[in-house]
Parts: sequence; C-alpha cells; structure tokens
Amino acid sequence: MSTMWTTKLRKATVEKFEPQDVLPDDQPSYVASWIYVFGVLTLASLLVIIVTGFALTTKGIAWWHTSNVGHFVNSAHLWSVEIFFIFMVVHLWGKFWMAAWRGRRFATWVTGAIAFLASVATGFTGYLIQTNFDSQWIATQAKDGLNSAGIGSFFNTLNTGQSILLHVSLLPLVVGLITIWHVILVRRNGVVPPLDAKEIAGGGM
Amino acid sequence: MRSTTMDPKKGRDMVFLAISLDHPAKFFNWGFISISIPNLIMIGIIFVLFTLALVVPFPSHEKTKGE
Amino acid sequence: MSKERNVDLAKWSGPKRPYDLVKEFTIALLVVTLVTVGLAALFSSPDERAVTLQDWSMKSPTDFVATATGELAGTTISAAYGAPYNKASEGLALGPLKIQKWAGVTIPVNPAFDFVVDPLTHSKDAAAPAALSQWNGASADQQTKWATDYSAAIEKAKGDYTMVAASESFGPVPVMATALLTEAQTGLLDGYLTTKASPFPSDFTGPLLFLADGVYLDDLGAAQHLHGDQWGMMNETGSYPGQSWLWLFSLWYQVEPFKSSDNADIQIFAFLMFLTLCFIFMPKLPFINRLPRLIPIHRLIWRRYYKENNL
Repeated sequence: MSTMWTTKLRKATVEKFEPQDVLPDDQPSYVASWIYVFGVLTLASLLVIIVTGFALTTKGIAWWHTSNVGHFVNSAHLWSVEIFFIFMVVHLWGKFWMAAWRGRRFATWVTGAIAFLASVATGFTGYLIQTNFDSQWIATQAKDGLNSAGIGSFFNTLNTGQSILLHVSLLPLVVGLITIWHVILVRRNGVVPPLDAKEIAGGGM
Repeated sequence: MRSTTMDPKKGRDMVFLAISLDHPAKFFNWGFISISIPNLIMIGIIFVLFTLALVVPFPSHEKTKGE
Repeated sequence: MSKERNVDLAKWSGPKRPYDLVKEFTIALLVVTLVTVGLAALFSSPDERAVTLQDWSMKSPTDFVATATGELAGTTISAAYGAPYNKASEGLALGPLKIQKWAGVTIPVNPAFDFVVDPLTHSKDAAAPAALSQWNGASADQQTKWATDYSAAIEKAKGDYTMVAASESFGPVPVMATALLTEAQTGLLDGYLTTKASPFPSDFTGPLLFLADGVYLDDLGAAQHLHGDQWGMMNETGSYPGQSWLWLFSLWYQVEPFKSSDNADIQIFAFLMFLTLCFIFMPKLPFINRLPRLIPIHRLIWRRYYKENNL
C-alpha cells in the first residue's frame, strides 16, 4: 500500500467515482417528476447570480446609482436572487417529502441545509452594500441582533468595506464550495429511490 | 417609468418597458401577521410551483433494460 | 427512524432511461436567464437614496439638535449602548450569559466626543471655540448636568429647541448643538465624520450610529414598514419583494414573550440557533423524520413507479 500523500488523496477522492457517475447519461426510471428539476434550477439561478455579480464587480459598488446599464444589471442580480430562493425552497420541500436523506444521504441533506443558510448570509451582506437608504437601515437595525450575540464585535454591519469583501469574496466562496460538495454527494450516492421501493429482481445489491 | 429619487443618470438613456414599484407596498394583515403583497406573491409562487411540480405529468420516455 | 433498507443504500440496478444532464442544465440556465432579464426589465430594482447628516439636519433640525444634546447627556442609544462600542452598559443578556459584554469593546465609540465635541473643533461658528473651551474646562458631572437640563427643556418644548429660553443651567450646550447643526447643514459634518479615520472611507460606523440615534431615520424606516415589529426584516422599500426567507427570524419579534422583552435580540438569536440546528439535523429528529410517511406526498412524486410495480 502506497504511503504517498498523492496516492492516498487520489484513492480518497477521484477513485471513488466512475466517470459514468460524474456525468451520467441515464438515470433511474423512477426519476419522473417535475419536482426533480428544482435542484438544477437552483444551480442555474446561482450561476446567473454569480455572473450578474461579476458584472457589478467590474464597475464598482456605486455604478448602478448613476448608470442605466448598471441599474439593469443590479436589477438582474436582485431578481435572480429572488428566484434562486424560490427554486431552492421548492427543491427543499421536495427533498423533505421524499425523505431524501435515506441510504447514507444525510450528508447531502446537511450540505444542502448549510448551503441555504450560507446563501441567506450572503444575501444579507449583499443588501448591506447597496449603498443606499436600505443599506443604511438594514445595517443600523441588524447590528443590534449581531451585537447581542457577540458577533458584532468582529462583523460590523456599519463597515461597508468589510461587508463588500465578505459579500464578493469570502461568502460566495463558502456557498460555492458547499454547493459543489452537495452536488458531488448527489452524484456519488445517486438519486434516492422511492420510499418502499422493492428490491429489483436479478438486480443484486 | 424609472424612479426619479436619485441623481440624473449619466450616459445614454436605455428605455425599458417598466412597471414602477416605487410606491408604498400594500399589506395583508391577519391577526399578528402582516405580509407585504409583493412578499405574499413570492410565497404564493413557491406554493404554486410546488403543487404544479407534483401534479403536472412528466413526459414518459423509453426505458432501457436494467444493468 | 426505520432501519435503512438495502435498496436505499445500493446502487440502483433497476430500469433506467437515457437522460441528458448537460442539456437539462443548459435549458435551466436559459429559462432562468430569460426570467431574470424579463423581471429586471419589467420591474427594475429599488434605489432609495442614502440619507446624509446634511439631509437629516436640513429636514429635521429639531431632531438633530435634540439628538446632539442627547449625545452630550449620554442618553442616546449609542451613548448608552455598551459593547462593542463602549462600556456604558452591560448590554443584553440571556439569563446569566452576558455574551454582548464578554465580546468586548472592539469598535470604540465615544458619542459625545466623536459626534459632537471633536467635529466642533472644525466649526466655522464664531461662538464655537469659547463654548468648547467652557465645555472642556468643566467636570464630567457638570457636563452631564448641562446637557441633561437642556435635553429636558427641549422635551418640555415638544422637541423644538427654538422654543427653549436661554438659561445658564444649560452651559455651552445650546451653542454647541446649534453650531453642530450649522456644520451638518453645510455638509462639513458628513465629510469630517466619514474621513476622520481615513481619507479613503469605507467604514461608516460614526455617521451611521449618529444618524440612527435620531428619530428622523427611524421615521423613514417606519414609513416603509421596515421596523422590527412591522415584520420589517422581510420587507423592502417601495413595492418590491424583500427577504421573505427571513420570515422565521422576523416572526418572533411579533409575539410574546419576545415582543416586550428588553433582551429580545439575544433571546430570539439563541432560539434561531436552536431552530437552525433542528433544520440541519432534521433527518434525525423523531416524529419530524416520520412526516414523509405520515403525509404521503411522495406517492404523487413517484406515482408512475408505484403503479408500474404494483406498490
């Protein structure tokens, strides 16, 4: 058995997947409901959020106040966030009623839940950096809750510079990594079978 | 019409078909619950999409044999 | 929780059908892009202009003067806040847990000095230097008495400092407050408070804390239904949807015992942390994890499978 770190890492990661599992071109026949598209819709929404966010990043945080194009991009960023949460909640409801955590898929549920929470936090910092009245309001109100829990001692909602960096670098990275992990787990464990699915004759375990 | 609460825009004006939402929201009140109509619409869309996803038939496909 | 069934764990070896994952993602991306662009073009996004100290002082000079006086008296929200700004109070507590206090003063703010006394050293008001000299030469107790007396007189005059007759018991406070008002109305105060720490401002703690101490900003929030007890956390300015996903956080501020609790913020925060853990560990929660069986929505989702397999 190799003691090389590289070999160990490869065995623990890449070798756990067959190419057919990573990008399958078939799926179990029980995947036959529109509820299944809400995961990919959430993912697609996240991509649109990121792309519109990139566009805002290239021109800075005040761009949208003085440019019609900038305002349009900001609008796209805001609405993509709204539909992102709509799709994610429908996806969550579907997964709950399917008890999709069965068969060692608890980690998939956990990463999904944390992705939701991280998205809420990312959205919150987004509202803080609008640099308008809404930002001022949310910052001055939210600080009280955060201060009461001691979080305000290192996350200052009134410090726009900090909020910008959190929103544009740290938090999207967190959301991105958790999402990737979540999708990897889905690919690795496969789509959860129906509740009370019978063992398929001749299929083996 | 675009909001006029901010400074005049620089650059070429791009005209969009726009429905102005720059007016106070209406609220739905029931006991201690008070939801803005826009938020209620968002939440309503979630319920509608979830219901549709459950009941709308999914197109059937040819099955391949099990491996 | 029922024992894991083999078929749940095993790789599916039953019937499959071709499915184009990349095509599905591409279609989803197209749909989302079109919907986003459509909504953005139709409805745009809200942009209520930020409020400056100049705006505040011009639109509500009486509130500005009353607030400046309150800073000197140590009675405003930030003057009496506690951590992370100062040690004026112990802050909120969850029973014996004084988390706010324990987190320490990491963003030091002395409202009387930072918002009033220091900016006045740049005032163009001819009476300001003498007033400051009188203020700085007095004891802390004398300073508090002057400011408190003037604060009480303003309150008695229904918040209108112009209706308060001059009195020696107010010391230099009236001159200081009105000199600060002038400084704010000319825009100098915004510039000074914003660039005090650095000529490249990115931290607006000073001006925002000062602004939030007044009634003016508060009233603007109330008019837009943004207050905590108006489910404000979920709401947005105008008729735009807000952060409706914050409903479970906003809810508790509307109900007892939190609604009338002085420590509502930390109590609700702690309760939310508990609910968050419940959400993350939902599959492990007894009864909750049985709900999918008790309310068989899954029979709709997998109706074709159940029909084909006579289940």
